Amino acid sequence: MAGVAGGGGGGGSNDFQWCFSQVKGAIDEDVAEADIISTVEFNYSGDLLATGDKGGRVVIFQREQENKSRPHSRGEYNVYSTFQSHEPEFDYLKSLEIEEKINKIRWLPQQNAAHFLLSTNDKTIKLWKISERDKRAEGYNLKDEDGRLRDPFRITALRVPILKPMDLMVEASPRRIFANAHTYHINSISVNSDHETYLSADDLRINLWHLEITDRSFNIVDIKPANMEELTEVITAAEFHPHHCNVFVYSSSKGTIRLCDMRSSALCDRHSKFFEEPEDPSSRSFFSEIISSISDVKFSHSGRYMMTRDYLSVKVWDLNMENRPVETYQVHEYLRSKLCSLYENDCIFDKFECCWNGSDSAIMTGSYNNFFRMFDRNTRRDITLEASRESSKPRAILKPRKVCTGGKRKKDEISVDSLDFNKKILHTAWHPMENIIAVAATNNLYIFQDKIN
Amino acid sequence: MFLTPVVPHRPFYNLDTMFVRGLKRKCFDGEEDIEGTLAGIKAIPSYNLQRQSLLDMSLVKLQLCHMLVEPNLCRSVLIANTVRQIQEEMTQDGTWQMINTQSTGQASLDRLVSTDILCRSSREQAEGKHVPGYGTFSKDFEGDQAQDSSETMSTASSVQAPRNLQSDVWEMENPQENKGNFQKSLDQIFETLENKSPNSVEDLFSEVDNSYYDLDTMLTGMMSNTKMGHCDGLETFSSPTTTTSNSNCKSDLNELDHIVEILVES
Repeated sequence: MAGVAGGGGGGGSNDFQWCFSQVKGAIDEDVAEADIISTVEFNYSGDLLATGDKGGRVVIFQREQENKSRPHSRGEYNVYSTFQSHEPEFDYLKSLEIEEKINKIRWLPQQNAAHFLLSTNDKTIKLWKISERDKRAEGYNLKDEDGRLRDPFRITALRVPILKPMDLMVEASPRRIFANAHTYHINSISVNSDHETYLSADDLRINLWHLEITDRSFNIVDIKPANMEELTEVITAAEFHPHHCNVFVYSSSKGTIRLCDMRSSALCDRHSKFFEEPEDPSSRSFFSEIISSISDVKFSHSGRYMMTRDYLSVKVWDLNMENRPVETYQVHEYLRSKLCSLYENDCIFDKFECCWNGSDSAIMTGSYNNFFRMFDRNTRRDITLEASRESSKPRAILKPRKVCTGGKRKKDEISVDSLDFNKKILHTAWHPMENIIAVAATNNLYIFQDKIN
Repeated sequence: MFLTPVVPHRPFYNLDTMFVRGLKRKCFDGEEDIEGTLAGIKAIPSYNLQRQSLLDMSLVKLQLCHMLVEPNLCRSVLIANTVRQIQEEMTQDGTWQMINTQSTGQASLDRLVSTDILCRSSREQAEGKHVPGYGTFSKDFEGDQAQDSSETMSTASSVQAPRNLQSDVWEMENPQENKGNFQKSLDQIFETLENKSPNSVEDLFSEVDNSYYDLDTMLTGMMSNTKMGHCDGLETFSSPTTTTSNSNCKSDLNELDHIVEILVES
């Protein structure tokens, strides 16, 4: 069974297969709303994996060092730190609750021993510092070991405090809070390649921040019409270019992507490039616009391509070609005939994310029924896998899944009508260098690895 | 199957195989998906009816909004755009004009009523109820009859149908959860419109805060402490239309645009 390969090793191999590695989260059927994972992100080295949930919590997993006695077993991810990033708030002016759900987490590149990440809910972005403490000082002069102040008259000699090892403690502390800059719901944050600035995007505006400055941000895109009655398009995602610190893109609900250069003007309302695929008139319907709405946009690691996810497909664009994508992959085309039902139950508004592997040779995105799809750009092979408890035995090889679109259903196939639309995989992440993927299935986080042959 | 709200059976027309533009009168012969709401009868829903039902569904979606949490702007905009598309097509077809030729307050209410009735009738249809005045939806109808009647029902006839019919329909129901609400809100609307002449439209609006139309306020649901429920939504929907009794169709379209915008903002 050939799978989809990629990662640091470069190139696919026919022996490539995905195996179950770990699953995190409760097993109960009753899922607490707060436990639903809302974002997943590896850091730059891949040693840390962060998840955010609807309850405003961030859980960071760290990869264990490989065990020398078992050279073939890869490092497992274990909980490193858990903290409450955002709390529910109440906007008194508008009489509205602000949800604590973490919409996005983005890591900063590591510059010292501590780790930094940005986490955001609908309105506020926070910079968190995660640091380790494994030593403590003993032998203070002015206080006892239990902290009580010593009587100065009793001190007859001076000593130098000594650092002694202690149990590892991981502390998370909020270092910056970037608030009150967004009227609408924040959907994206993106750290710039200069490592000093980042952007935050809501439905109608994009702001540029400096990581050190919290009381000011620059508005770089504003698509709010003077008359709100004329509003027909919103911003759905935004990202900085991985290498050019002056370039960013943002996608819209009408299926367009605009690339902007911050050097051209302070307010980037006029794009430098405009990416849109002409509509196929034969498949036009009342749902055409809705399914063309882009839910995620991601640059490739190389910076030469970008990928967009709309409801039914994933498209790869060459930044030098604006009139159509260079590659289009169908995620679940069998849903095209079900669009009205999906409109009725609101599933058509689900926002799926997508991700590249480390070498940009493969892409991955989620679907329904806890299925997720991977596409190899070189071999053009694709595979559908499932994140389920049934295939959760250690190192069990994942079996490819297939959806039956009509006619006779073969054994092991699942028919479209049997798909569970409550089990949606919206968030996935791929390790920056290795073939390790993290897949969020409602309240569970699955980690899969390639099998070593 | 999919998550569908409340309705135990699929409506008599299959929603999934329609809504392709230019595809009129799709035949469902041999279609496997229809679950037997009409035993052995092959439904041939007209394109207009299907489009109408999509319009109604979209309007209902826009009216429902979260009480405490801001509605999703992207979703609202996409739904509003869908409504606009349908409106435009119906205007080109001429079916939209039919509604507006008699654009009295009553007409607009009939439109509202037909929205609910369309949803309701399919529910009753599923439950096997016979609703007088909707003989066309009964189990015994012929395919062709349904087409013509349903078209008439959902568009022009709603304008011409006497109020008696509607009250009959309302009285016929089994007590249902939202019947009371709808009846109450309809009564409120009737009262409002009986008491006020078109000339006093300024009075209608005088109570409305201008900030009502500010999106930032609207996103919260309501500027005052009242929650956005069916009543408010229906009032919002009906009031502007009453001003157009003497205007031409084009301004009617603008008014309807206006209504849609309000719904988007709410």
